[in-house]
Amino acid sequence: MTATATALAAPPDDTAAARGGRLRAALRSGRLRAGLGIVAVLALTAALGPLFLGDPDAVSQDLSQAPSAAHWLGTTQTGQDVFTQFVVAARGTLLIGATSALIATAVSAVVGIGGGFLGGLTDEALSLLSNIFLVIPGLPLVIVVAAYVGAGTGATILVIALTTWAASARVLRAQTLSLRTRDYVLAARLYGESRRRIVLVEILPNELAIIVSQFIFAVIFAVLTQAALAFLGLDDPSNLTWGTMLYFAQNADALTGGAWWWFIPPGLAIAVLGAALSLISFGLDEVLDPRLRARRRRP
Amino acid sequence: MRVRHLLRKLGFYAVAAWIAVTLNFVLPRLIPGDPVQLMMSRMAASGPVTEGQEKAMAAMLGLGHGNLLQQYGDYLSSLARLDFGLSTTYYPAKVSDVVAHAVPWTIVLVGLATLLSVALGITLGTLAGWRRGGRLDALVPSATFLAAVPYFWAALILLYLCTQVWALAPSSGGYDETYTIGLNTRFVVSAVQHGVLPAITIVVASVGGWMLGMRNMMVSTLAEDYVIAAEAKGLRPRTVMVRYAARNAVLPSVAGFAITLGFIVSGSLVMEIVFSYPGMGYTLLQAVTNNDYPLMQAIFLMITFAVLVANFLVDLLYSFVDPRTREATS
Repeated sequence: MTATATALAAPPDDTAAARGGRLRAALRSGRLRAGLGIVAVLALTAALGPLFLGDPDAVSQDLSQAPSAAHWLGTTQTGQDVFTQFVVAARGTLLIGATSALIATAVSAVVGIGGGFLGGLTDEALSLLSNIFLVIPGLPLVIVVAAYVGAGTGATILVIALTTWAASARVLRAQTLSLRTRDYVLAARLYGESRRRIVLVEILPNELAIIVSQFIFAVIFAVLTQAALAFLGLDDPSNLTWGTMLYFAQNADALTGGAWWWFIPPGLAIAVLGAALSLISFGLDEVLDPRLRARRRRP
Repeated sequence: MRVRHLLRKLGFYAVAAWIAVTLNFVLPRLIPGDPVQLMMSRMAASGPVTEGQEKAMAAMLGLGHGNLLQQYGDYLSSLARLDFGLSTTYYPAKVSDVVAHAVPWTIVLVGLATLLSVALGITLGTLAGWRRGGRLDALVPSATFLAAVPYFWAALILLYLCTQVWALAPSSGGYDETYTIGLNTRFVVSAVQHGVLPAITIVVASVGGWMLGMRNMMVSTLAEDYVIAAEAKGLRPRTVMVRYAARNAVLPSVAGFAITLGFIVSGSLVMEIVFSYPGMGYTLLQAVTNNDYPLMQAIFLMITFAVLVANFLVDLLYSFVDPRTREATS
């Protein structure tokens, strides 16, 4: 069975009291609290940090200095402050990640659930569309396109989104195919409920956990892809992100030259962001699926 | 029924392949101006260009003489003959030969590393999901962390540590070039030595994702009535875990494998660039940096077709494993 336990879960109870209870239960989950905390700190840093810091590209006389009180994360080869770059890059990275993931998730929900539920020719057409986007591996495609026309930030976001949605559309379609043959959906059909109502009330809530986790993983994927593209020199280097920081660090042989303070933080930050997002996904799984939460530990 | 299902799938993948090929035909048209002239001059700057090259490339890029339809016909016929022209990067080698030399490196190294990673990840995920809250499950957050580490960043740090700090492994290439390629001991030993570090980076980077997916599906599946029924019947815990829970929980991973198979080729790209490993990814980057458009096109098509075939195979496998999917689509 492709089904998750959510498929059998009771219909969601949307009264305000139940929602408040769920929120409290959610915040009892240590993983969710930790994940939300880290993401909040990073998001605040990205939003407000650049206001308090100077120009990230400003050069100074302090070349390749180790971390100190004056330069918290040391300086680059040309005397730029790594900490300032790091904070400004957080903004670029988070914006690209969130935007690409939003686009990708919206498209995948419409295509995956729509196709899986309607079946027939619509499903064939939408599956074909997903398959075509799946068979175009993102990285080589972007490299080829960049080689022909060059890449900018907007193009990067679009290409990441267009290469991400197909995978989760496929997951959602598989889940929908499985759900639509369930007894409670059949019952709703026999009962004469409209298609729209079946999709929105019977199917969508039972796939919410998957959609949310797909979104979270789409953010992680987008951040990682953008970093890889930038590292290969295929993203706009004037838009400062953790990826472009790594690109400049690698080109200046930061790691082999001993300037670890330039190379380590951006990569570590991407990993921490990704881990925090996964923790949120874990926590939400428990909230959206009461049976996971209530289940006792296995012996 | 079975045959019809198979034919239908085959038909759809044929259509998808046709669209991929057509996309490759359209892409060069994104260049402003006259692409052939632009590419010829860029290519001439980085390598020798022969007489027939211009015509061959114009046909290959679908930018030859005649109207759009004739151009498309030329493009398809040179594609059918696998005639991609000559590579400027590896002049005077034919593009098809360059690609043929690169493919085995990628398939062997990345293929083996991925299979290892999948087997390890699914086993660990099954155990972690089974003993939810147990010791292995406590490791899941760290596996999550590993899955979120930018691959090239971790690989470069590992490369730095293993070559410059401890001198454990050769730093680049696929084998020691003083040996000839073939089934002789020295070459094989050298190739293995060069392959271990890249393979380890692939496994470490990808095992967390497989483990996580499997663990989550295990947790969900364990709440299913049939698992509870199996437990109530007093079956051995091992039987319940493997035959009832894991067998069903692994399905999304099977579906996910199709997607990953595609990424085997493209994901190896960054690895090969970091380690200067002589496979498809490294060759693609060489082609891009040298404006070697014929080689670039050939590799792009090659990767796309590999993904198509992989998806087709897994689709077939999936309909065998999960009969409901078959019923629903037929």
